[in-house]
Amino acid sequence: MSEDLKLSMSIDIENLTKTYDSFAALDDVSLSIKSGEFLSLLGSSGSGKTTLLMALAGFVRPDAGSIRFGGREMIFEPPHKRDVGMMFQSYALFPHMNVFQNVAYPLKLRGYGRAEIRQRVEQALATVELDHLIERNINEMSGGQRQRIALARAIVFEPKILLMDEPLSALDKRLRETMQLELRRLHERLGMTVVYVTHDQREALTMSDRIAVMSKGKIRQIDTPVNLYERPANRFIAEFVGESSCLPVTQHAGLLQFQGRTLKTGSAVEGLKNPSLVVRPEKLQFVAAEAGEYNHLHGHVADVIFQGESQLVQIDLGEGMAVAIRRPTRSSESNRLPARGEAVVLGLHPHDTLVVGNEP
Amino acid sequence: MSVVELHALNARELQRAERRHRWYLFGSGLPALLLVLLTFVLPIGWLFWLSLFDANGQLTIENYTRLLEPIYVLTFVQTFKISIIVTIACVLIGYPYAYFMIKGARWLANLAMGLLLVSLWTSLLVRTYAWLIILQRRGIANDLLMSLGLTDAPLALVHNLTGTVIGMVHIMLPFMILPLYAAMKSIDPIYNQAAAAFGASPSRAFRDVFLPLSLPGLAAGATLVFVITLGFYVTPALLGGGKVQMISMRIESDVSMYANWGAASSLGVVLLLTTLLMLFIVKKGAGLGRRSE
Amino acid sequence: MIRLKQSLMDAVRASWLYVLVLATMLFLVLPTLIVIPMSLSDARYLSFPPKSLSFEPFFSYFASLEWRSATAVSLITATLTMVLATTLGTAAAYSLHVTQSRLSGVLRGLLMAPMIVPTIFIAIGLFFVYARMDMNNTIPGLVLAHTLLALPYVVINVSAGLRSYDMTQEQAACILGATRLRAFFDVTLPQIRFSVIAAAMFAFAISLDEAVISLFISGGDSSTLTKRMFSSLRSEIDPLIAVVATLMTLLSITMLCISIMAQRKAKRAAA
Repeated sequence: MSEDLKLSMSIDIENLTKTYDSFAALDDVSLSIKSGEFLSLLGSSGSGKTTLLMALAGFVRPDAGSIRFGGREMIFEPPHKRDVGMMFQSYALFPHMNVFQNVAYPLKLRGYGRAEIRQRVEQALATVELDHLIERNINEMSGGQRQRIALARAIVFEPKILLMDEPLSALDKRLRETMQLELRRLHERLGMTVVYVTHDQREALTMSDRIAVMSKGKIRQIDTPVNLYERPANRFIAEFVGESSCLPVTQHAGLLQFQGRTLKTGSAVEGLKNPSLVVRPEKLQFVAAEAGEYNHLHGHVADVIFQGESQLVQIDLGEGMAVAIRRPTRSSESNRLPARGEAVVLGLHPHDTLVVGNEP
Repeated sequence: MSVVELHALNARELQRAERRHRWYLFGSGLPALLLVLLTFVLPIGWLFWLSLFDANGQLTIENYTRLLEPIYVLTFVQTFKISIIVTIACVLIGYPYAYFMIKGARWLANLAMGLLLVSLWTSLLVRTYAWLIILQRRGIANDLLMSLGLTDAPLALVHNLTGTVIGMVHIMLPFMILPLYAAMKSIDPIYNQAAAAFGASPSRAFRDVFLPLSLPGLAAGATLVFVITLGFYVTPALLGGGKVQMISMRIESDVSMYANWGAASSLGVVLLLTTLLMLFIVKKGAGLGRRSE
Repeated sequence: MIRLKQSLMDAVRASWLYVLVLATMLFLVLPTLIVIPMSLSDARYLSFPPKSLSFEPFFSYFASLEWRSATAVSLITATLTMVLATTLGTAAAYSLHVTQSRLSGVLRGLLMAPMIVPTIFIAIGLFFVYARMDMNNTIPGLVLAHTLLALPYVVINVSAGLRSYDMTQEQAACILGATRLRAFFDVTLPQIRFSVIAAAMFAFAISLDEAVISLFISGGDSSTLTKRMFSSLRSEIDPLIAVVATLMTLLSITMLCISIMAQRKAKRAAA
């Protein structure tokens, strides 16, 4: 298939480094993004995720490294020659132009004719369901509408790569969740490569084909959402992605032990530094007594918290350790929940038993 | 500042590109820089240079030692005297005005600001000329004073020090009031409210809270007025009637009448250095004051 | 009892404030107003009420070749200064806004310096340099000098406008395909236009009113209005000068109004 017919392009990042004074914003980062992939850069502020996105856009010039779009070296190209779409956190719409003029701007720059511009703009706005507002002033638009206009402007010239810098962070929760699914659907339809920056792990899990977790200028782990969640590489990832309690685990003669009992794990675990048991709330169950193949944890109920669709039961395991178990709010369940202060036994299936080390 | 090894991937070229980019951005300011170099740095540099040569082209400091002669000292004294009088007058008149612009009735305060701006934007020459009209022997000032019975014969209000001071105060007032107003505006009214809550009367609150907080703005305005008045030319030249001799007028006559570039330039240099010194002192004083808070 | 005395004293103090402020307002505006009736009378001394109404000074002004030529010189110089100062100043303000290096600090210092340095010093320096370049008594010479004086004000105004402007928009324009220059003209400039307009008004007014430097470097056919006025005033008070003063004042106030409107619009746009 020729390059022109493809909807997307691959991105190859090699040994990217950027330091400000003595602070390493990007520390020898290498990454290959497949053509058409939706990749999220996930991390807290200062992790380097925004710097990496800005480097892809051309607004940050790295000190060293290479960036290739579809095999072509782009690191020396200024932003206006990179032909990528971008959505900014603050949308950055032009207030002195109306909706049509905003979305038409990239087409005007590329020399399209008036009729063609009209058609493409209408199409782009239809994609984000705002075609009825085409002649309106930007100042009249709500936050959610502006966000869509910014999106329309970013895709109207059919870029093969779309960069997004926390575009949903200014929206309220409900709108954000709706937009997450919409963006995912849009991606399936249009097919371009998307690099998406976010600090919200749930957002990343929802939308991405793969997630790159970053911290301190380095990529700590890059994997599919499922793998990242179920098989985190180390304690940092385990705590960053999804809820978890990390409990200290000891090693005796090649066996892992918690609270004096040997842990049964689904697969062999060896050579971990400072191993921890990662317990996720939905993986625990209440069991009658120590029986069967499960791993067991003993403790007392500290609190039962109603959270709408589920209830969170906080268990005190003694010696300052605590876990939480999450149960759906089904009538059959709620009746069987233990009360505060009760002694309980928790069961963790070996396949759900996750032991990780600290980061190397 | 990059701690990256130059042999790292593309590093050398990227560094070069970054430097080029910075120059490109700086280039936007280049035309202005060129203009300033040509019309400002060059002439002033030349003047500094000229001040070190005498009429025969010999290197000398006599242009500066000459400034210690009584006739020059007198000029200096008179210039400083006028600057001080004008500054004090501006402080006394300007402070209540600025205060009113903050606290007075809204429409009246706006009018006060409006009239201030009109005064500021009216040509300096026009205003000086107007004072000439107002203060002359048969002008309205004297007419008013005589009709009020405050004097029998017309007073000499212009072509002397009095006229000069009146004119200078008028010109300098906006330079006092505007910085003061800006500083006063930034004083949070909550301080006065707190003082009132503690039982202070309005005048007490003013004296203990507002006044001290407004002092930096006052210092800024006063410094500005003093420093500008030092080098002022037009108004003293027209309203002084030859009886007032400020440094700037001496410089002008040295150039126009005597073509004594050595004298003119050395005098100018001293004027400039005095101005800079005053600004520096006030800046340091403000810094010290802030550190003691 | 003490409370009553205190509030009475405060009331007295308050009325003193009003009186003082009103007197100051009169003091500030009197000279500006006085030139207008002066230009309509034929007498040398302004008396209240004015003795005779006459348009003689206006006729003399329009009939006088020298005054008309001086007016043309001043207006042309002011317009050219406005264009040059606004262009150079806006470009410089942009450069200062986007670079934070030591070099740009030096540039900023140099641009602001004419505000601190006594104008008489600049005037004789320029006179000296221009003499060597044969630029005295020329309009280009005047324009360059006036631009120097106007630049600080332009830079201050435009810098303020840039500070309240979201630079991300320029980034957005760039990633959409615009070169930095194009992005500036398409996106940034339209949004700081009120600051630029206000700055332009400043530049015009500064050039028109400039007296000290013009005294030295303009002359003969290129005398400015201010130079002619100054020379005239030194010898005698010609009623014709009142006409010039009136016209200049009307022009200044118009510029002021435009500038205030522009600044107010700029503030509203930033909100």
